Amino acid sequence: MGRALTVINALGLMLVVFSIAYVMPVASALISGDMPVLLDFLTAMLWTAAIGGGMWMVTRSYKGEISIRHGYLLVVAMWTAMPAVATLPLLLVLPDLSFTDAYFETMSGLTTTGATVLTGLDLLPPAVNIWRHELSWLGGMGIIVLAVAVLPLLGIGGRQLFKAETPGPMKNAALTPRITETARNLWLVYLGITIACIAALKWVGMNWLDAICHAFAAMSLGAFSTHDASIGYFNSPAIEAVLMVFMLLAAMNFATHFMAVRGKSIKLYLLDVEGLSTLGLVLISCIGIAGFLWWKGTYPDFLTALRYASFNVVSMATDSGLSSTNFSLWPIFAPMWMLFLSCITVSSGSTGGGIKMIRTLVLVKQAGREFVKLLHPAAINPMKIGGQVIANSVVFSVLGFIFLYFMSVATLTFALLISGLDFISAFSAVIACINNAGPGLGVVGPAGNYGVLTDFQTWVCTFAMLIGRLEIFTVLILFTPQFWKR
Amino acid sequence: MKILILGAGQVGSTVAESLVSEANDITVVDSDGAKLALLQERLDLRTLIGSASHPSVLEQAGIVDTDMLLAVTQSDEINMVACKLAYSLYNTPTRIARIRSVDFLSRPELFNKDNFCVDYSICPEQILTEYISKLIEFPEALQVLQFSRGKASLVAVRAFEGGPLVGKPLSVLHDNMPHIDARVAAIFRKDGPLIPEGSTVVEDGDEIFFIAATRNIRSVLSEMRRMDKPSRRVMIVGGGNIGRRLAQALERDYQVKLIEYNKKSCEKLAGELTNTLVLNGDGTDEKLLQQENVGEVDVFCALTNDDENNIMSALLAKQAGARKVIALINRSAYVDLLQGGKIDIALSPAQVTIGSLLAYVRQGDVAAVHSLRRGAAEALEMIVHGDRKSSKVVGRRIDEIDLPKGATIGAVVRGDEVVMGHRDVIIEAEDHVIVFVINKAMVKKVEKLFQVKLGFF
Repeated sequence: MGRALTVINALGLMLVVFSIAYVMPVASALISGDMPVLLDFLTAMLWTAAIGGGMWMVTRSYKGEISIRHGYLLVVAMWTAMPAVATLPLLLVLPDLSFTDAYFETMSGLTTTGATVLTGLDLLPPAVNIWRHELSWLGGMGIIVLAVAVLPLLGIGGRQLFKAETPGPMKNAALTPRITETARNLWLVYLGITIACIAALKWVGMNWLDAICHAFAAMSLGAFSTHDASIGYFNSPAIEAVLMVFMLLAAMNFATHFMAVRGKSIKLYLLDVEGLSTLGLVLISCIGIAGFLWWKGTYPDFLTALRYASFNVVSMATDSGLSSTNFSLWPIFAPMWMLFLSCITVSSGSTGGGIKMIRTLVLVKQAGREFVKLLHPAAINPMKIGGQVIANSVVFSVLGFIFLYFMSVATLTFALLISGLDFISAFSAVIACINNAGPGLGVVGPAGNYGVLTDFQTWVCTFAMLIGRLEIFTVLILFTPQFWKR
Repeated sequence: MKILILGAGQVGSTVAESLVSEANDITVVDSDGAKLALLQERLDLRTLIGSASHPSVLEQAGIVDTDMLLAVTQSDEINMVACKLAYSLYNTPTRIARIRSVDFLSRPELFNKDNFCVDYSICPEQILTEYISKLIEFPEALQVLQFSRGKASLVAVRAFEGGPLVGKPLSVLHDNMPHIDARVAAIFRKDGPLIPEGSTVVEDGDEIFFIAATRNIRSVLSEMRRMDKPSRRVMIVGGGNIGRRLAQALERDYQVKLIEYNKKSCEKLAGELTNTLVLNGDGTDEKLLQQENVGEVDVFCALTNDDENNIMSALLAKQAGARKVIALINRSAYVDLLQGGKIDIALSPAQVTIGSLLAYVRQGDVAAVHSLRRGAAEALEMIVHGDRKSSKVVGRRIDEIDLPKGATIGAVVRGDEVVMGHRDVIIEAEDHVIVFVINKAMVKKVEKLFQVKLGFF
């Protein structure tokens, strides 16, 4: 029991820190002079601080070092508790919203999925939109990294959290000797690119609110927009181009960005095999799908096809999910390929989700290794990515992850099918949620939203987002009996 | 000359052997007494047991009046420290160290007078690797030696029926290739050397040494014998220092398979090499060789540190149909036994690498020395200084130079230009002159000839 209480203690502290996040929507409500909304947010802020403070005070005698096991528990607790308290302002401002839908919305934000149950986004108070996007942005780099940067200052060790957050095979090379320092640096890079994105979006014609919200969406690779028509609302190639660039940046490993900034050299990107594979795959897909749409006559000329194909392909492949047109109406190959890309494309250490490119590379190379082994039984053929040897144990853990991933997709799809959803909608909703991409196809496509789902279906999708964001192992480990054995 | 050698390993002992035969006073220091005892039995030199980087040991070995220090222990660090000590404490004039690590070599400032005071660094494995790569690039050649940083090459080739020149006098060479300048430096027929003249007729089976600009090698080779297809598939046995470097040098341009016995080393090699197929197994295991298609291999290199294994796996490969087999053989008796038989090239690492050291020991300004025909003959690259008065070569036509019989000037490298050693060429100061000496006994005379008279200084 002591273990759980230690986690609650840390969680309480996190919630107190989290309440600071309300400053942005509060400021926004102040600027727009919307007094009732301002009051709602202030209330929510106080409640969050009070709940967190209360949890912390009650369990303060259990304050202690967090072990690896605690770490898993804390991460999952954070990603379930924070969306729960973050629903407070939504429930207060939008009295018609059910808790299920509000929780889906905040979970969608904090997991950077960007799927929404709300309609009439254009009419929402600016503070609510800011809040949704801010959740997405905070979720983006992982509140976890923020926590890793801050918690150790409060006397709680954080290296275990970092491990729990990123069980992927990558980045054994720590960027700085101290985890706090690393987290702070990554966070600064994230902040810096976000500011650049806001400025660029303002420059190509958005107003401040839209620029900030969409920069948050692009950087966190969430799909929240301030408009029901998403990016289609602006109908501006310049805005699409800017967003594409920043979505691709966000889909690369932030450690690479950090090293490039620190080394003041663009050449360092060439060493990031994973990032190059991501960019290469996206580029080929953009051109291929544009050609396909042109050939099928969806768009009259190649350039128009290229414009729509590239924005939506980049957006889906990077698990962002912003859309400039209703791509679910395209011939089925295109949206299916885009969903497939959303599973495999983004780099580890980015804000995207899914299998991640590094695991895709491991998988592809493993297949190649098997062929070599058949032809040359005596060959010693280690897995190598970017010149680095990857240990067999990592290859196994990748295979294990992929297996769990597909089992999760299958199980959750069946759950949605049982509840009566059609196959395309069910399958695409699970894929889009587990990859933290956002829109699926069918009723949950870019033109529809998740509001049409029943409560049960919404909860299934919420769960898919959670396990997808926390790389499945982290969540499912809590359901193993061994975890709870001493 | 008084020479102090640190380290009695393979390099140390072959160097000692070669230098003793040239009448030098040699002292060898090593921490392993058994190795020293072996040396002492065979050679006329002094040995000392002790740590090569300790000043007291160095003093005992007589470093105070030593002319040259050769630090060739297993450890780069000990070699560097020994050079530093020799310079700082004893002011030894010439300090040479064996440095293998690329990490050190890529920072030449480490070796200057302010740091480790290494005058010259040598890396035998690297020399051997380059030597073998050249043999793979020109599979018809028996030996390819480079002068003046690769501008000119001396190539040994066995003439075979089918080459346009075979059965004809040498003067035809110029008529066949009017645009290419090459010079035949020597011909060995049934082990006897011939001094080539325009009228000498090339016979099937002759071993011909010619000098040409490096880019022309292939055309000249095609005169001597029918050309094979260029090499594409290479199989290496032994993933030690040499095998690894060779695979690294070749893997971009060739299809390389590397067989190594030790599984741990295999894993390390597979991690370092990007394009090489690393196989775990025994190079003398005919099943493994068969399974990896040794019959289709263009060049098979047996490079383990075990002579017998190298010979056996090379023989197996030749038997199975490998086009050209190369075996690394340390024992010189074996080399003489095998060269030219079933094994196409029996490589003696000592013979290949000793030249780079000999260049520093020789008198006069010698840029390179290559041992030929297992040490019987020698090719030297001399840099000439001075003027008509102080030097016996500068300002003279080649046919005016008083070379001993059996020594020929093969070529002159002037700046970036390679000039063949025709009789009417006039030698200028700072030319690099490549001299081919049929009999090693004449080397001293040649060196003397190229030295500047004292008046110059």
